[in-house]
Amino acid sequence: MNPALRPVIVGAGPAGIRAAETLVAHGLRPVVIDEGNQVGGQIYRQQPASFGRAKADLYGFETDRAIAVHGAMENVLGDVDYRPRTLVWNAEGGSLDLLQDGKASTLAYSHLIIATGATDRVLPFPGWTLPGVYTLGGAQVALKFQGCAIGSRVVFVGTGPLLYLVAYQYAKSGAEVAAVLDTARLSGKIRAAPGMLRQPALLAKGLYYLGRLRAHGVTVRSGVLPVRALGDGRVSGFVWREGARECAASCDAIGFGYALRSETQLADLLGCRFAFDSLNRAFLPEKDPAGRSSVAGIYLAGDGAGIMGADAAELAGMRAAMALLQDVGVATDAARAADIERKLMKIAGFRRALEGAFPFPDDWAANAQDDLIICRCEEIRVGALREAARTLGAVEMNRLKALTRIGMGRCQGRICGPAAAEILAQARSVDVAAVGRLRSQPPVKPIPFGVAEAAREAAE
Amino acid sequence: MPILRRLAERNRKPIQFTLDGRSCAALEGDTVLTAMLTQADRLRASEFSGAPRAGFCLMGACQDCWITTESGERLRACSTFIAEGMRLVTSQEKAA
Repeated sequence: MNPALRPVIVGAGPAGIRAAETLVAHGLRPVVIDEGNQVGGQIYRQQPASFGRAKADLYGFETDRAIAVHGAMENVLGDVDYRPRTLVWNAEGGSLDLLQDGKASTLAYSHLIIATGATDRVLPFPGWTLPGVYTLGGAQVALKFQGCAIGSRVVFVGTGPLLYLVAYQYAKSGAEVAAVLDTARLSGKIRAAPGMLRQPALLAKGLYYLGRLRAHGVTVRSGVLPVRALGDGRVSGFVWREGARECAASCDAIGFGYALRSETQLADLLGCRFAFDSLNRAFLPEKDPAGRSSVAGIYLAGDGAGIMGADAAELAGMRAAMALLQDVGVATDAARAADIERKLMKIAGFRRALEGAFPFPDDWAANAQDDLIICRCEEIRVGALREAARTLGAVEMNRLKALTRIGMGRCQGRICGPAAAEILAQARSVDVAAVGRLRSQPPVKPIPFGVAEAAREAAE
Repeated sequence: MPILRRLAERNRKPIQFTLDGRSCAALEGDTVLTAMLTQADRLRASEFSGAPRAGFCLMGACQDCWITTESGERLRACSTFIAEGMRLVTSQEKAA
């Protein structure tokens, strides 16, 4: 292997693992950076070693996939420099700033595969900062990773496949599911059904979860409008509307989310070109069908570069690694590369149908009241954003950030970013694509005081 | 009343820690967040409104669950495992 070749993969979910496996199979020894404690990412997240549940209990229909992905990484661990519990908090051309177990370091790379995954897309409702309110992904982590439910009686609300999956997993584990409330209408799902037949197994799983929820006697509603969480100091109920009718359920926990959003900060810090993607309703780093970004030597794979799901992430991880190999002159199987790209195209078709079944609630911003907290880090309210747009001339997101501090808190816009863009677009009566995107700033996640300064001094 | 409810995996080794000065037991493999929220109804108070908070994303994205120990060390509760003898507080006033 060329000693100057130092490939680094950020992320150890399905995309990062398959990328690592592919590089190792061709004689390379990548570094794999994982913010998690064990490989698997979020979807195939593993429970701590002291837990004893069978993988089938954790992953359900995805058990074989989870075992295959974990196994793929175990097989190559001797040939990769695997770094768990490691945060990449900054990236500049050719170098990453890392923090592992409180220790800072820098890591040079010749080629970088970014496989940073996704988190829930959040659209707040009044009361969403109350204890007992979690994202759908968070509700799932509590169960899968800790064996806990987020409460004794849980309402799940929002839209997307995860809504039904998590509700099903809770009901199956013995938690009481008070209601499953989908903001998407049933008519959209019926219209989307032919497109979803491209992936009949996924459609069948969705219908199975829905059937099991109904068999458990769970209230399942479509076309709802979330109104508010009730509670003083913690959640005691949830109120929603079905047409003109206001409905309520008592509960001590709420899980919610509106599909997923990509983690794109590293691509942004590294200067990758972004473009608005209407399917994801977000600005995403551009990539070619193989996963090459606009910057030579930087590759994108998995949900971190547009939400396509776990199966696509595995394929994209392999394909991005093959692109890297091609670019450094290592022979790869061209027929296999073409086959992977064809499979990814097919999943993209399914993904479009899925968006029809679980559309973004584009009336969210119009229904958001001025006193709604939009930033949970600093408790900035919707009215402050509208005021900045109306009287201070905030026409795009970075100006809005400078004027209101939105996106400047500890989460760096991960949670508030999509919702804030919707509010600004609504306030200006323009398409959400016209308000731009928050520029990423290091550190992308909080680091101990002094770490950034020490890194800067070391670099000088 | 605690927030989280254990549904499985109750036969792990107990780990002793304190929460606001009170002796508590968690289980080996619990995160700090799980250890606290199976005992209490909050992790911390918002530094802006003082309202109680109990985490949100549980996967290291939202940064809502940073808590402090009695000695002032800051921990991200969802991604830090509980350890024997940790002395955790839900607010700085309770550190004394």
